[in-house]
Amino acid sequence: MISSSFWSMGGYARYVWPCVAFVCTVLAWNLWSALRYFAAARQRAARALAMAASDSA
Amino acid sequence: MWTWFYRLASPPYVYRVAAGLTPWFLTLAAIAIGCGLIAGLVFAPPDYQQGDAFRIIYVHAPSAWLSLFAYITMALAGGIALIWRIKMGHAVAAASAPIGASFTLAALVTGSLWGRPMWGTYWAWDPRLTSELILLFLYVGVMALRPAFEDPGRGDRAAALLSIVGVVNVPIIKYSVVWWNSLHQGATVAKLGKPSMPGSMLWPLLTMFLGFMLFYGAVLCIRLRGEVLNRERQAMWVREALKS
Repeated sequence: MISSSFWSMGGYARYVWPCVAFVCTVLAWNLWSALRYFAAARQRAARALAMAASDSA
Repeated sequence: MWTWFYRLASPPYVYRVAAGLTPWFLTLAAIAIGCGLIAGLVFAPPDYQQGDAFRIIYVHAPSAWLSLFAYITMALAGGIALIWRIKMGHAVAAASAPIGASFTLAALVTGSLWGRPMWGTYWAWDPRLTSELILLFLYVGVMALRPAFEDPGRGDRAAALLSIVGVVNVPIIKYSVVWWNSLHQGATVAKLGKPSMPGSMLWPLLTMFLGFMLFYGAVLCIRLRGEVLNRERQAMWVREALKS
């Protein structure tokens, strides 16, 4: 079990934990937004190809 | 010798390589960041002056380093695209900008939270802080400039030019603590001679640096694949790529 002194960070918990939380959020946001961007690009490309195929048919 | 370089100009090649690298980068990044964070927060000893507040360095310094690295990557890619007319350079630059901007913001926020207990203020118009803020504005400018033109080619060129001009800010950020009187502490790791940190504090930090670099590589690859698809959606190879 992690002791309470770990969570209190020697009295600096209100500065240390928000920093860790913010950076973890930035990491998660980067991954999520990149995956979303890629998925949207894939969808747009698929739509463009489908339209091109229907035009040529 | 230059074959590998010219192959990077091929969108299907870049798309395939990025797809292959992503899971490796992501897995290794998760391991490195997990280990670095646990070692930094749990096992590293507290600093004799700053106490446990120094642990902020384990998320602040890698974020700040990545903010510079992503900018240099963006400017280099923009330069390559302008000089050799390699379109993939613009795609890399466009993919790098939002990642760099987010880590610049992370560096500013974590630095501000560290500054409160150490300097007694969240913000000071210190050379290091101000030049890092200018970096954030440069990122925002580059991201806003690209879609501001009707012709995407002109937008790409304008964004590349701005990023190249803005690269002058990178050495200013790096050496601001040397050139001017600064509240910000001097270099602790990247300096000539021995780093002024004991190994027990240094290794978690280096692991975090590595983890952040790998994470940048993974996210850049994912975004780059999206950029390539957006730019090449009419190409024949995209049909095959979407099937797989």
